[in-house]
Amino acid sequence: MAVDKKRYNMRISGLGGQGVVTSAHILGSAMDNAGKFASLVPFFGSEKRMAPVEAYVRASSQPIYEVGEVVYPDIIMIYHPQVVTHGKSYTMPFYTGLKRNSLIIINTDVDILDADDTKVLKDLGTKVVQFNATELAIKIAGTELATNMAMMGMVLGITKLVSKDNIEKAVRERFLGNSFVASGGTASLDSAIEKKFKKKEELLQKNMEVINETFKLADSIDLNTDALIIKLDA
Amino acid sequence: MSIKNMTKEKNWSGQTMVSTDYLLFEAPREKHFMTGSEVLKEAMKRCTVDASVSYPITPQSEAAHLIGELWAEGYVGTYFRGENEFGVMSEVAGCAMAGARTVTTTSGPGTLRAMENFPMWSGTRIPCQLVLMARGINSPLTIQPDNLEVSFLLETGCMIWYAENVQELFDMSIAAFTVAEMPDVHVPIITAVDGFFVSHTRESVMLPADDIALFPYNPYKAPLPPIDSEMPPGRFLRDPFVMKSNYISYATHASWQWEVRSAVDRSRPYAKHFLNGLAHVTGDQDAEIVFVACGTASHQAKEANRELTKMGIKSKVVKLRTIRPFPHAELLEATKSAKYIFVPEFNIVGWLEKEVTQSLYGKSEAKVIGRPRVAGGMSMPVEAILKEVLENVEKGA
Repeated sequence: MAVDKKRYNMRISGLGGQGVVTSAHILGSAMDNAGKFASLVPFFGSEKRMAPVEAYVRASSQPIYEVGEVVYPDIIMIYHPQVVTHGKSYTMPFYTGLKRNSLIIINTDVDILDADDTKVLKDLGTKVVQFNATELAIKIAGTELATNMAMMGMVLGITKLVSKDNIEKAVRERFLGNSFVASGGTASLDSAIEKKFKKKEELLQKNMEVINETFKLADSIDLNTDALIIKLDA
Repeated sequence: MSIKNMTKEKNWSGQTMVSTDYLLFEAPREKHFMTGSEVLKEAMKRCTVDASVSYPITPQSEAAHLIGELWAEGYVGTYFRGENEFGVMSEVAGCAMAGARTVTTTSGPGTLRAMENFPMWSGTRIPCQLVLMARGINSPLTIQPDNLEVSFLLETGCMIWYAENVQELFDMSIAAFTVAEMPDVHVPIITAVDGFFVSHTRESVMLPADDIALFPYNPYKAPLPPIDSEMPPGRFLRDPFVMKSNYISYATHASWQWEVRSAVDRSRPYAKHFLNGLAHVTGDQDAEIVFVACGTASHQAKEANRELTKMGIKSKVVKLRTIRPFPHAELLEATKSAKYIFVPEFNIVGWLEKEVTQSLYGKSEAKVIGRPRVAGGMSMPVEAILKEVLENVEKGA
């Protein structure tokens, strides 16, 4: 798995409510902040919790023209094991179209790939990184809602597409809005907004802690191993 | 923000009014990261829009909602929800006939439900704007991007422009009002984008500041005077020619239809100026392999052009920015070097291939290949375009 590629086509599959689209947005903004190029496309059917949701992110050091579904991904992220076990994805099997020597990151600490999957992925030279992103999110941020941050942190930790500063700016933009100025106006905010802001600032902090932790985990990965599956302890 | 009285310099929301040239070409711009729906809100915010009528249908609902927010923020004069798309397009006509700069949005089945209104719009010479976020047409039911619906609109007498991406949607939807409102044009304009691929795709976009906006529409320069309590709608609406049942009714109807099409044609020089050309060419000038496309398909073709260049194969992409009027001269000029013309499309019928073939008939030796063609919401991966090109070119060699 080469990590210095100019262009990544990512397919992110998860379930409604997990923040698939939100994290794709942050990922795209982080690329944009880094002066690189990104575009993202959300894809969903019925808008409800636990229904399949996908987001397609294209990240590159060059301008991107292609839009729409990523049919031939070089990175696949699976936010929920049910994507694989229950077929909650828009392609079956979930790795359809995966390019050679590519990367899959799955939020699980249980082996969920069957013998057929294993054979196909081995033949493709794939590396599968498995870790329990939800457990990590609960441990560090105190909520499973930060699962998406753990998954995003992992892919950025492995690919080194952007710096942590770029990510923090993107997370801040997403949750606090562009217009927020941390200094001057704060004093005049009424108490209700202040309270909300305090919660949001905390949210930002926790999200960044989760991302920092996944960066550490990503550093421990050796992608030159012969093994198909690389398991990490969250 | 509240509605204020307009002054010579400021519109009712306090924005400084500027020329379209300044807004599009001269005002300094800053980078933002936005979806097509969000950028349409930004564009309309800078257009001194009098009226907008909406009705929800995926994938344009968010854009319609965001224009509603503009109304709440005091940037749009009036905003309401129609009973259905037929009602919406009729109400748009009412607003525009009364002299309001009017915008609406719809998609797929909504477009078809409203169909009778579009030729009525052009026939009454109103310069309203429909931002069409193309979606598949039932049945079977789909909410996904597919631009078959555009083929239904081709002969409505409305101008049709096609934006490639979020940036072009911003610039086009501003230029659209200006060109549509030219007294010698004065016909409705449909600004089309592919649903989801543009409406929901988030990418970087350069925007001018939001404290400037277009001067308001001046309905007293219109070829038909705006209606008020003394001025009824055009005589042909109140006293239709058909009631006379004589040769004059046929002649008037025919000449009026002809005039609508001529008005669309007269938009060429204005569109050329504000859109930087009716067609846009990228790639190798002398290439024998030429892609002719509009909207998202031209995006995909540019990606294919980049891959072919890596393989040492020359190609170029001709992106058509206007479909009505159709850029015949620009297409002919851009395909002079062509041996193969590929027309990639997001619909099952290949309406653009038909347009291209008809336009070049008897004028070009090139083989027009209407592929690849995807539909129903499928993506068109660059790999599919490359396969088509390599197979055809090998066969031909």
